[in-house]
Amino acid sequence: MPVKKMRKVLSLPDSLFHWLTMASALMIIVLMISFFAQLLWYSLPSIREFGWGFVLSQEWDPVRNLYGAAGAIYGTLVTTLIAMLIAAPLSFGIALFLVEFAPPYLSRVLGQAIDLLAAVPSIIYGMWGLFVFVPIMQKHVQPFLADTLGLKALPFFSGPQMGFGLLTSGIILALMILPFISAVMRDVFRMVPPVVKESAYGTGATTWEVTADVTTRYGMQGLLGALFLGLGRAIGETMAVLFIIGHVQQVSFSLFAPGTTISATLANNFAEAEGISKSVLFELGLILLVISFLIQIAAQYWLNKVRRSTGGGL
Amino acid sequence: MRKRGLFFRKSMDLSVKIISVLASLLGVLFLLWILFVVFKMGFKTFNWDFFTQPTKPYGVPNGGIANAIIGTVIITSGAALMGVPLGLLGGIYLSEFARSTKLGNVIRFSANVMMGLPSIIVGLFVYIILVYTTKHFSGFAGSVALAIIMFPVILRTTEDMLAMVPNALRESALAIGTPRWKTTLDILFRAAKGGLITGVLLSIARVSGETAPLLFTALWSNSWPLSYFSEPTANLTVSITEYATNSPFESMQLRAWGAALLITAAVLILNITCRTIFREARR
Repeated sequence: MPVKKMRKVLSLPDSLFHWLTMASALMIIVLMISFFAQLLWYSLPSIREFGWGFVLSQEWDPVRNLYGAAGAIYGTLVTTLIAMLIAAPLSFGIALFLVEFAPPYLSRVLGQAIDLLAAVPSIIYGMWGLFVFVPIMQKHVQPFLADTLGLKALPFFSGPQMGFGLLTSGIILALMILPFISAVMRDVFRMVPPVVKESAYGTGATTWEVTADVTTRYGMQGLLGALFLGLGRAIGETMAVLFIIGHVQQVSFSLFAPGTTISATLANNFAEAEGISKSVLFELGLILLVISFLIQIAAQYWLNKVRRSTGGGL
Repeated sequence: MRKRGLFFRKSMDLSVKIISVLASLLGVLFLLWILFVVFKMGFKTFNWDFFTQPTKPYGVPNGGIANAIIGTVIITSGAALMGVPLGLLGGIYLSEFARSTKLGNVIRFSANVMMGLPSIIVGLFVYIILVYTTKHFSGFAGSVALAIIMFPVILRTTEDMLAMVPNALRESALAIGTPRWKTTLDILFRAAKGGLITGVLLSIARVSGETAPLLFTALWSNSWPLSYFSEPTANLTVSITEYATNSPFESMQLRAWGAALLITAAVLILNITCRTIFREARR
């Protein structure tokens, strides 16, 4: 029944109920607008002081009160890119295994395990990264990449091997978003109607051909949505990278170099920040909010399209 | 499809199969490794003091994390008290009054977007509205931050669960003159009970491991959580952060592992419980 007609027949308690539930639901929009409004308001001093140069400057000098966001933005983008490069193909493989290759019981057990792992708090990944993975990176992985493979000729793999830094953080982020992307991709694969797949199998196609030419095309927007959900998680993640990023405000082409991300800068500097430096942090928060907002809109747009064309279930 | 030899097609298929299996093995291996380390290191620290003593300043022996456990429970319960009713009511609106209206779609879309926003942003926001204005960090501010994170999650699951209740149930209740609110709260809620509880528990599991928003709101302290509304309140996740990064003492890092194990175990148990409830409710 359309709401407008219904409202006329509602009794007083019912219309109260209607308004109460509507007010609660509208809180979502109120909150969302307040996020932007409040962060913008409190970043105004910093925006006025540094202008557009803020996003391009690498300066981070609390003594002279000069700040720039380039280091943090660069670190955020690089760690997220590394995470996506690792997690995207791996989770595609995992989702494919769960839906197409694994025997049903294994698929069920593994699928539940992945759902559970997606729920493990990010600080656990951060801790494991700090105490277990950083030493391994320092002693084995970084020497292997730089010396054994001889990649240190490239600027990306040069410099001191400390274990901390952009590459390590990217890998930890990849591990964190892996179960999450896999779970959504698996659901997208499952939503492809069996009839479509079976008719492709019926023409003699191999599993890979069905996947590449039918499943993937059918669910392309869903897969994009899944990737963007993972991207959104990685880009705003704080605790998984906080311990291992190194906290140096710089743009360095070496992936072994310490860096920082927007969220790590916020978490690390907030307690000591006063006056303009606090406003700088709010502006960084605002930048992060805008970036993740756009990513989420893209993700939801694609997922909504899939939901509409297949009738929900995601 | 392009024409290719059978051998090429078969070997292509086989290599994809192998890559896919390897990817799954690699993923599972790493994730099990992480859990294994958490359990191994965490169990080492479990003893009487760990569960009964409050956190102590650096260098003081025999510290525990009892105050942080209680603090986390208080902060999370506070969040649930605010977030759950709001989320349930909002979910009712989307499912019962705005299933295909424009406003409903906008709210639904916004809730999905909000679920994906970084939690640190919520922390900053609550810092501005509660900590900055009142001039002190508090456990309550932490609860508000977590409630904001829970809200869209509960809203969406409530809507999905209520939408699964067959319309015949609504119609028969309304036909005998039951008011709309009573139909929803008495009949639909009862029909969707399993799903609703699942949604609430999952959202609690999700926020109980949150750290970033608490860094800006609840902070942490070494005392027992007595002033929830006016002082920094001890909690597990921020304690882990403090102990893991700022402490040179190995005993404190060990305690961080203990706290990490507690949080992980709690989250996993909540998740498993939900899945069991939901599967039984569906039967």
